[in-house]
Amino acid sequence: MQKYSIFSLIKNAFSNHKDWEVAWKDSEPKKEYDIIIIGAGGHGLATAYYLAKEHKITNIAVIEKGWLGGGNVGRNTTILRSNYMFDPNGLFYEQGMKMWENLSQELNYNVMYSPRGIINLAHSDAQMNIFYRRGNSMRLNGIDAVMLGRDELKKMIPFADFSESARFPIFGGLMQPRGGTARHDAVAWGYARQANSMGVDIIQHCEVTGFDVQNGKIEGVRTSKGNIKTKKVGLCVAGNTSLLAEKLNMKLPIESHVLQACVSEPVKPFLDHVVTFGAGHFYCSQSDKGEMVMGGDLDGYNSYAQRGNLPTLQHVLTEGVAMFPNLSRLKMLRTWGGIMDMSMDGSPIIDKTHIDGVYLNCGWCYGGFKATPISGWTFAYTIAKDEVHELSSKYRLNRFNTGHLIDEKGLGTKTWIG
Amino acid sequence: MLEIKCPHCGLRSQNEFSYGGDSNTKRPELGKEVSDKDWDNFIYLRDNPRGKHSELWHHVAGCRQWFKVLRDTSTHEIFKTAKLTEEL
Repeated sequence: MQKYSIFSLIKNAFSNHKDWEVAWKDSEPKKEYDIIIIGAGGHGLATAYYLAKEHKITNIAVIEKGWLGGGNVGRNTTILRSNYMFDPNGLFYEQGMKMWENLSQELNYNVMYSPRGIINLAHSDAQMNIFYRRGNSMRLNGIDAVMLGRDELKKMIPFADFSESARFPIFGGLMQPRGGTARHDAVAWGYARQANSMGVDIIQHCEVTGFDVQNGKIEGVRTSKGNIKTKKVGLCVAGNTSLLAEKLNMKLPIESHVLQACVSEPVKPFLDHVVTFGAGHFYCSQSDKGEMVMGGDLDGYNSYAQRGNLPTLQHVLTEGVAMFPNLSRLKMLRTWGGIMDMSMDGSPIIDKTHIDGVYLNCGWCYGGFKATPISGWTFAYTIAKDEVHELSSKYRLNRFNTGHLIDEKGLGTKTWIG
Repeated sequence: MLEIKCPHCGLRSQNEFSYGGDSNTKRPELGKEVSDKDWDNFIYLRDNPRGKHSELWHHVAGCRQWFKVLRDTSTHEIFKTAKLTEEL
């Protein structure tokens, strides 16, 4: 594989950049693989990469019904953070944050990791108390957390509504300085390129139509490009998890919902951080191109449509305007939707299943992107060793039977339906 | 914008409704022995099909009645609505 560097850039400049190798090769399926990963999104590609790199298994296919990176890894709002209160989440995502810090070097691909800090705004004394508590929990787990007062925030985000008449006055906020953003597409492309260079086949436009299971053991996968034999299968299909699980006679504690995001027209530098509204569900950051990247609530009903409706968008942007009044002057450039695999306690599932050789990676709700490296890393471990990694040991499927839910928001079942 | 026909009030915009999920979920019968598994399944497992989905909606900013809706989750098309006591 061609290494990307200043020298390769100069060398290729002489040939007008026409001789670059393709970043990854499109493959046709072989008859048999050791492992098949379903879903060429962030998590699937990361899993394949860590299987090849850490566990030296390279006879792997990543199969994808659409195109590489066309699902949620290309549809999210690129936010990275580990500002969780509960230990299982804090420790898991914090390990992920450490991986983000070095990911561009690791993949020899610029994922544009930008630790610009994520600020959760608080709009009441009670909310400040909750944030102090969460901040302290984070620090106990070795995660950076800083409480900010109103005056500090005024200097950091001067365009927020600090007026006396604000409907939701800003009391302060909780900041994770190492939180930030990364270029989402680059993450998928970077993992694909490295995995492919180690021998992983990437097969696009190859839809799974069924599974061959014999005596409780996976034998192969039936696809639109023919039957492929395999010893192990990993599911990394986000919103489509329930559909594949049904083919394996499994019913999962997951509903698929559409989550919309949008970007405005590009403007000059306006916002240096990722900021979330504390009196509703709205978050925004400014992309390197200058667009305001914004998102918030789910549309609120089961959907596989990858597009939503205007009322939700209007509701979310109303919150945005309450936070940054001058957003009301911006024109919207694009809106889109992705299908979230909403688990019943709001936390992910990384586990083995009742079928020997079938592994599950799902339930990422709104927050799958930031978990891409650590999800791939722990899932690769689970697949390779047929045992659950300590970091993801609380994300098992049976927690819905044992009662060990990880209900970060304390809202109970279906945390997303208000 | 979804337009939903409340069986009591007629066609109204999505803004007036809130969503209640899978309408086929049945609470285990009161006063009878319930296994842990059945109870867990009642709380956590829902139908999640791509295509026709029978679901509950609440006309929260209208007559405040719950009712059933048959809707396509891949196109958002609404085929039919019915009162809770009626079959879809």
